[in-house]
Amino acid sequence: MVSQVLSPPLPQQLEGPRPLDPALQIRIYELMLTTRLLEERLIRMYKQGDGFFWIGGPGEEAFNIPLGLLVRKGRGLDYDYLHLHYRSTGTLLAMGANPVDALRQMKNTATDPYSGGRNFVGHSSIRAWNVVPITSPIEVQFSIAPGTAMAQKRANSRGITIVQGGDAGTAEGDFATCLVWSSRPGAELPILMLVANNGWGISTPASTQHGEKYIADRGKAFGIRTRVINGNDPEEAYHELKEAMDYVRMERRPFLLEAQVSRLYGHSSASGANFVKNEVDCLAEFEHKLEERGLLTRARMDEMRERITQELLDASRRVIEEPQPDGATVWNHIFADRNYVKEGL
Amino acid sequence: MATMVQAVRMALHVGETRLGVTDIFGEDVGPPLGGVFTATQGLKTAWNTPLDERGIVGAAIGLAMAGQCPVAEIQFCDYAFNTIDLLKLAGNTCWSSNGDWNCPLVLMTPVGAGIRGSIYHSHSFDAQATRLPGWKIVMPSNPLDAYGLMLSAIVDPNPVMVLLPKALLRVKAGPDELIPGEPEDDRTLSKMIDAPVGDRSSWEPRWPDTPDLFLPIGPLRLVRPGRDATVVTYGRYVPLARRIAEDLATEGLDIEVIDLRTLYPYDWDGLKASIRRTRRVLFVNEDTEITNFGEHLLRRTVEELFDELLAAPRLLAGKHLPGIGLADNLERASVPQREDIVASLRALCAETRSLSDFRAALALRLSKGNTDASEALALAYTRR
Ligand SMILES: Cc1ncc(C[n+]2csc(CCOP(=O)(O)OP(=O)(O)O)c2C)c(N)n1
Repeated sequence: MVSQVLSPPLPQQLEGPRPLDPALQIRIYELMLTTRLLEERLIRMYKQGDGFFWIGGPGEEAFNIPLGLLVRKGRGLDYDYLHLHYRSTGTLLAMGANPVDALRQMKNTATDPYSGGRNFVGHSSIRAWNVVPITSPIEVQFSIAPGTAMAQKRANSRGITIVQGGDAGTAEGDFATCLVWSSRPGAELPILMLVANNGWGISTPASTQHGEKYIADRGKAFGIRTRVINGNDPEEAYHELKEAMDYVRMERRPFLLEAQVSRLYGHSSASGANFVKNEVDCLAEFEHKLEERGLLTRARMDEMRERITQELLDASRRVIEEPQPDGATVWNHIFADRNYVKEGL
Repeated sequence: MATMVQAVRMALHVGETRLGVTDIFGEDVGPPLGGVFTATQGLKTAWNTPLDERGIVGAAIGLAMAGQCPVAEIQFCDYAFNTIDLLKLAGNTCWSSNGDWNCPLVLMTPVGAGIRGSIYHSHSFDAQATRLPGWKIVMPSNPLDAYGLMLSAIVDPNPVMVLLPKALLRVKAGPDELIPGEPEDDRTLSKMIDAPVGDRSSWEPRWPDTPDLFLPIGPLRLVRPGRDATVVTYGRYVPLARRIAEDLATEGLDIEVIDLRTLYPYDWDGLKASIRRTRRVLFVNEDTEITNFGEHLLRRTVEELFDELLAAPRLLAGKHLPGIGLADNLERASVPQREDIVASLRALCAETRSLSDFRAALALRLSKGNTDASEALALAYTRR
């Protein structure tokens, strides 16, 4: 498999993770499926001219959904701050985001709650859940995350800071910033650093640019606890993320977790957004497992797929009729009139 | 009688004791040094960061988004260039989230030449800073303004950059620039708030009782009224322009001096009113002259006030050079000097567009229904 060519083999020989509670397995499956179908709907919208650009996370569902389910969701220092990347839609859906809002951002409607038609799909912002705006410059979130973590550490809160990016971006200085700032002696920060390693930076294979065996190893020099996991297995991802989050939450120290994932529709619409057959498909694998375990039948899964596909199609038809932002609104929100981020903390 | 750097320190003390400042940080900002220019000595929320400007700006953004009130320092603006990406983010967070988030932080950094700082301690930042939409940019020219602008920056819900002219950091306040409550005698103040030389581990500052004196971000300051020409400047050149105006007064030239104070959002109404009064204007700053902030002001002046000007508006700025050389002659040849400003002002005042052209232009505007022009036209007929 290509992904194994691109990424070195996992360091530990796993016997396979403990199965999760059946209800949770089904919940994860539903969310993985919804996320995948949402991404496929977004790609369709792009291809039909209902959106200028697509980028998203098909291939990261098995990792992103457990993450979203495990987040301590809410506003303020006692909850987790999320500095995500443009492949994080699954995480947000698992937290309870409305898939229709992604369709709105795809179509850049005035009703897009994340940016009012200003930003690409996948660039969410939800202050009510501490989701800071996802931005295009690669890796900058790793320079910003220490700030929210510092505030949480000082508040003696239970909240942690979660920051996520890809593999190629770890070559940016911001990644080193995060390693240094989160491990200052005596001032260690409650940060969970996540690297979704899909082995690619647009068209450049990681193996041609990176000499380190595992990106996570870079944490070791700073005394940061690290882990490399198979991010294509939602159960392994769930257990590992939970353990890492518990550690960060309790110990108030950083953790660097590298998840090997797939990139199933290429980088973005700029590279065609076509399905690639030679990488592990976490959804297909999980379906297989659920079937084997007798938790869901193929027929039931097909039914779910059809229902969600139809719902998203109907929603997209409504969304494309929603109003576009008025040009005059470009002048709105250049400056804030109040200190929103401080209110109610 | 505080210096600008002491005024900043006192403002930060007020910030951390009464206005909610949670973090004052940057390279060498915390103890023992308290900042390479001593702006942060004795402050209880001051701390040292790794030598990482991107990290400093990033942490400020993160702290701001977590409801804290950070004041970050970039040691010299010369080292802020690798943070532009993050500065852009601070400026666009509110806009790109369509008002979901705001990003209340203060970034202070020393700017400009004048301390023999050679190539990498003499940069200006006004052109870069004013190219960051979503930021408010202020540059004080005296200790009292530094104090008041810093307090306003701290309570503003947006990112505010406080550019501190290096050449003025150690200049003492003038008689009209005292901060209420500060001791008039500079040695008394120094004993109270300057960290001692040597071991400081048990030193505690004694802060004078200074008020919450907010100087609003936006309005310019009329430093000296005049009738013949307006000099528009900020920071380091304000005291110099004032002295030049006083000298030229003895030659019969009456120069109006304006301290812009806020580079964005700047006081266009105030500027326009002054330029309309004097009908001659010189913009002065020390940043390199190509794509200079003064060029923007010049452009608006030409577009909006062309018909009312008696002479071509001018910009005196730094030369478009890769750096400022260390040797005195090199620095003097690079950024505007006293004699350059004097020469520009003399030339400006000596030039007068033909009065008949001027009247014709105004009459044309009036005939198009521009009643604004009527006052200027009346003036044009009566003045000379
Ligand atoms: C600072 C910066 N440089 C370049 C780009 C253009 N760009 C967008 S995505 C990308 C590759 C990112 O690869 P990686 O970090 O591995 O994340 P992935 O897209 O594979 O999830 C590049 C170069 C950018 N957005 N930001």
